[in-house]
Amino acid sequence: MSSADIYREMILEYYRNPHNFGKLDKADITARDTNPLCGDEVEMQIAVGPDSTIQQIKFTGKGCAISVASASMLTELAKGKPLEWVKGLSKEDVLKMLGSPELGPSRIKCALLGMKVLKTGVYAYMGAHYEDEGANSAR
Amino acid sequence: MPRAEALDVLKLRGDFPILGRKVHGKRLVYLDNAATTQKPRQVIEALVDYYSRYNSNVHRSVHALGEEATEAYESSRERVARFVGASPRGLVFVRGTTEAANLVRFAWGDRAVRRGDTLVTTLMEHHSNIVPWQMLAKRKGARLRFVGLLPDGTLDLAQLEGALRESPRLVAVTHCSNVLGTINDVRTICSKARDAGATTFVDGAQAAPHMPVDVGAIGCDFYAFSGHKMLGPTGIGALVGRRDLLEEMDPFQGGGEMIREVFMDHATWNDVPHKFEAGTVNIAGSIGLGAAVDYLSRLGMERVRAHEVALMKGAMGALSGIEGLAPYGPRGAASRGGVLSFNLGDIHPHDLATILDEDGIAIRSGHHCAQPLMGWLGVAATSRASFYIYNAEDDIQALKASLERARKVFRL
Repeated sequence: MSSADIYREMILEYYRNPHNFGKLDKADITARDTNPLCGDEVEMQIAVGPDSTIQQIKFTGKGCAISVASASMLTELAKGKPLEWVKGLSKEDVLKMLGSPELGPSRIKCALLGMKVLKTGVYAYMGAHYEDEGANSAR
Repeated sequence: MPRAEALDVLKLRGDFPILGRKVHGKRLVYLDNAATTQKPRQVIEALVDYYSRYNSNVHRSVHALGEEATEAYESSRERVARFVGASPRGLVFVRGTTEAANLVRFAWGDRAVRRGDTLVTTLMEHHSNIVPWQMLAKRKGARLRFVGLLPDGTLDLAQLEGALRESPRLVAVTHCSNVLGTINDVRTICSKARDAGATTFVDGAQAAPHMPVDVGAIGCDFYAFSGHKMLGPTGIGALVGRRDLLEEMDPFQGGGEMIREVFMDHATWNDVPHKFEAGTVNIAGSIGLGAAVDYLSRLGMERVRAHEVALMKGAMGALSGIEGLAPYGPRGAASRGGVLSFNLGDIHPHDLATILDEDGIAIRSGHHCAQPLMGWLGVAATSRASFYIYNAEDDIQALKASLERARKVFRL
């Protein structure tokens, strides 16, 4: 897959003007993580609705186009979904969302950072521990 | 002295099998030499030769293979020591610069550093010249102080003077920055540090491979470098230390080879440098590093340095024509090593490296193990092209063309 395919107009648009970028006034879930390889960082905040849905979600952070776009698109996808939905979210879902099914082993970590943060936060809120599949399944 | 003849890069490339390969169908343009360099046939063959002809443990085997391996190992020590103007008995083989710093941290630091002491490092250091001292300071209740930089990316010598007034126990400084390319005047720094009573540790990882180094002239107490950044194999490097200091120091790791005699309740130590080389050493690695310094010595380090200055001039000129490209570090090619860090518009370095990779160009992107420096630069990451003996104008032109393409991909 060539960079012209990876860095499509939409990815660049999300990178330069990420949707749902910012902080919530009141959050039930806050999670943050970094990619030690490149120093990318993502923090996500979620306000949980009475029916255990993701009522509000925002993110902050810095990183490459892939990680910022991925985190931003993920917040849009997650909004309104039940917390349970996050558990079923997979690497393939994220890559499909980005339209980049063939990212290399080093760059896929950028794509999955947002999902890792989202899962870490939601799992902790639900009293579970998220075992990072990202590190192992990233190949 | 007559002007040194320029390196014959095209001929020399023939020595590096890897440079013949394609990456994504393109000629490999390898510009990640500050991370690790490629290996010439002469080094690869030295490894194969050892393993296929005289593989054996060193120092204690009296059979023919053992003697040949010991001879090769100690001969490498002599050649590597000579390469940096050191005495072989003052050269300890280690895994690399990181292990050298950690050896000093334990074997010297445990004894020399006390509660309330000050240790000094600088803002332009690689993590390997920060974290060991941080850990030492924490363990001892000492304080780690950073010397800052001037806007052009050179060391703030006034701040250094200030730090030296605190009579620090240690001054740890890089000979050449792996991000900015800044070459520090380590001779002056070590002289001032010594006057202030400090022990000096110089990180030579980006200097020893690229310019003539004479540890005697520098006047440091410790000088460290890594073999894999200078044509040698990974897992081998050297710590050069002042003999009297090495004699006083405790061992680093305990085990075989580093002892003289072992009793049930105590042991006595082997002579320097063997006192610091516990266990079976990296025999193949040291032999490979010996072959690497032979290769570099044949080229001549003055010529290597002149080649890189010329490359850097060319690169800075070529890249200055690219709109939105912001380079870091000193402006003059002669005052910096062969690394060029930069950012291009709002393209994150990782995205840039992905795009360049498609053109067969290998650069580094990220924080380069220098996060305090990234903080000072006010960026999360940079892109870095770093040069070596087999790079030439064609590589710079390829880099330039690919950077222009990246601007298009990102619609800059």
